[in-house]
Amino acid sequence: MLEIKNLHVELEEEDKQILKGVNLLLEAGKVHAIMGPNGSGKSTLSYVLSGKGGYEVTAGSAHLEGNDILAMEPEERAAAGLFLAFQYPVEIPGVGNMTFLRTAVNSQRKLRGEPEMSAGDFLKVVRAKAKDLKIDADMLKRPVNVGFSGGEKKRNEILQMAMLEPKMCILDETDSGLDVDAMKLVAQGVNALRDGKRTFLVITHYQRLLDHIKPDVVHIMAAGRIIKSGGPELALEVENNGYADLLEETA
Amino acid sequence: MGMPSPNAVINRAMKDAELISRSGAWAKEARQSASERAQSQGLPKRRDEYWKYTRPDVFVAGSVELEAQISPEISIFRNQAKTEISFKNGNLLSEMLPKVGNCLIESLTDATSLDLHWAQDVYGKLELAGQNPVERTLATLNTAMAQQGLLVHATGQVIDPIRIHAVSAGSTDAVIHHVVKVDAGASVTLIETGHYGARGNVVMEVEVADTGSFHHIRVQDGQERHMLTHIFARIGADATFKSFTLTAGGKMTRNECILELVGDNSSVTVAGACLGDDDFHHDDTVFITHDAVNCESRQVFKKVLRNGAVGVFQGKILVKQGAQKTDGYQISQSLLLDEDSQFLAKPELEIYADDVACSHGSTSGAIDEDALFYLRSRGVPESKAVDLLTLSFIAQAIEEIEDPDLAQAILSHLTGTLEAR
Repeated sequence: MLEIKNLHVELEEEDKQILKGVNLLLEAGKVHAIMGPNGSGKSTLSYVLSGKGGYEVTAGSAHLEGNDILAMEPEERAAAGLFLAFQYPVEIPGVGNMTFLRTAVNSQRKLRGEPEMSAGDFLKVVRAKAKDLKIDADMLKRPVNVGFSGGEKKRNEILQMAMLEPKMCILDETDSGLDVDAMKLVAQGVNALRDGKRTFLVITHYQRLLDHIKPDVVHIMAAGRIIKSGGPELALEVENNGYADLLEETA
Repeated sequence: MGMPSPNAVINRAMKDAELISRSGAWAKEARQSASERAQSQGLPKRRDEYWKYTRPDVFVAGSVELEAQISPEISIFRNQAKTEISFKNGNLLSEMLPKVGNCLIESLTDATSLDLHWAQDVYGKLELAGQNPVERTLATLNTAMAQQGLLVHATGQVIDPIRIHAVSAGSTDAVIHHVVKVDAGASVTLIETGHYGARGNVVMEVEVADTGSFHHIRVQDGQERHMLTHIFARIGADATFKSFTLTAGGKMTRNECILELVGDNSSVTVAGACLGDDDFHHDDTVFITHDAVNCESRQVFKKVLRNGAVGVFQGKILVKQGAQKTDGYQISQSLLLDEDSQFLAKPELEIYADDVACSHGSTSGAIDEDALFYLRSRGVPESKAVDLLTLSFIAQAIEEIEDPDLAQAILSHLTGTLEAR
């Protein structure tokens, strides 16, 4: 699904290298998790893949189903099936959540040359999916993320994911700022989207989220590289011993 | 082009129209006195502090050379306002003015031929009161010269909004003067739409009695026009005044709003949004005087500018001695879509009471890159994302419109305008 090779990334403004040769192969239908200490480059990886400005790719490549996504605009990457659930979803006052969702769905369809979804069909689908995530009519009507609690914002991200039906989902610290119940709800939403074809890259600090979203592969990232990959047990190891041992091991 | 003296401008108008001789007693007096005042006041000059950011040249010139096309009809508010009154080239079109419950609508032409009329207590009177501390001679000229306009007298709750639709050809110099009187307990919503030609000078005087309520929505379209408007309003106790203007075209617009709160516990709002592109200059000049206790005033202005467009805001809140418990709020913001555009703001507070809350803020900013990326990451193309963020920026001003149907109509019109450009 997604193949990242030798990815080197610098900050555009300051001459600082953040990713120093990341290699990842995410097979269709699998859930990969990336863990790692603060500043290891996890969020940068998610931003670079989804096309945020301010980063310069100095070497390497990233292909989604064989297509070079680094050459695409952010909206083209989205239409190609990439989705990033933000760590800090942005508030957009004055734009209704529903308007935003519908604009997003139809923009992607248009970019893919598909017919737009009618207002009626859209309403039906969004209501059903919102209900699963315990998002009420009021939250759909309110301006995007404005006045939403931390949990509501993250649920809203998952609703967008459910509506846009991406092939490749990146979740950037979706568990941050969530209490246990909110985390379970978000995890349920994610698990509902696991269909054997859709691929997930779950970025997290804590093993806790991985209790609910069971990964197939766990990667440890440090100083801009994947330093170790393994099964779910690797996350437990981090939970028990921290990163220090792993860092020493690979130093 | 040399600037003509007010004498020349007035004399020409008077000679053409022989206005004063044809006027009934009250109008003769109002026009005569306005013409004398205009001559002693003199026309605005570039060096006037009050015209610091907007050149008055085009408004004081003897004539404007323009042959603009009449823009196509806009359908905004067709569904919301059943009562429509049209002006073409500055002249009232409707032979028979519509009958509206709890409201009397007359033409200025008819009323000024009479010797007595209720309008005599308002016409030119509020404009005169608004000449202090800054002279607004172009409004005075309007009082002296205007032959066309509407007199609207709300005597109770007027259910449907009344829409004034004015269209004038490219070369037209339209001078229009409306007078509105809202009785105690009465309420009315007035909508202004249309396209002015070369130049428009529109004055509206509004007297809101105690417990009265006046709502005003204005959409200024048209490509070439130069437009100067003044609203002079006096608001009684426990009363409401709300005005919102959307400007989405025109080369030069100056909207002045002069409000005086003379009764306790009242609330006024002046809000506006503009979309400016290229050869576009937009000036909101507001002067709100608090002369009563426990009144609230709000000014909310949002300007979206690109390709060298210029936005101006001059807003003043004057709180007189004794106007305790005044709550004054003023915000003016610009969204600059490129580095060629500019926003010039002069917020002012002048306060002579000690138990008062007044705040003002003015900002200029670009599109929020994080929000832009968020939208694009969801598949929204950049131009569409910028439109959405533009709507987001303007939303706060639209929220000042009380009637949700009218707010929705403005939003749809704005969305359409953004998509078309």
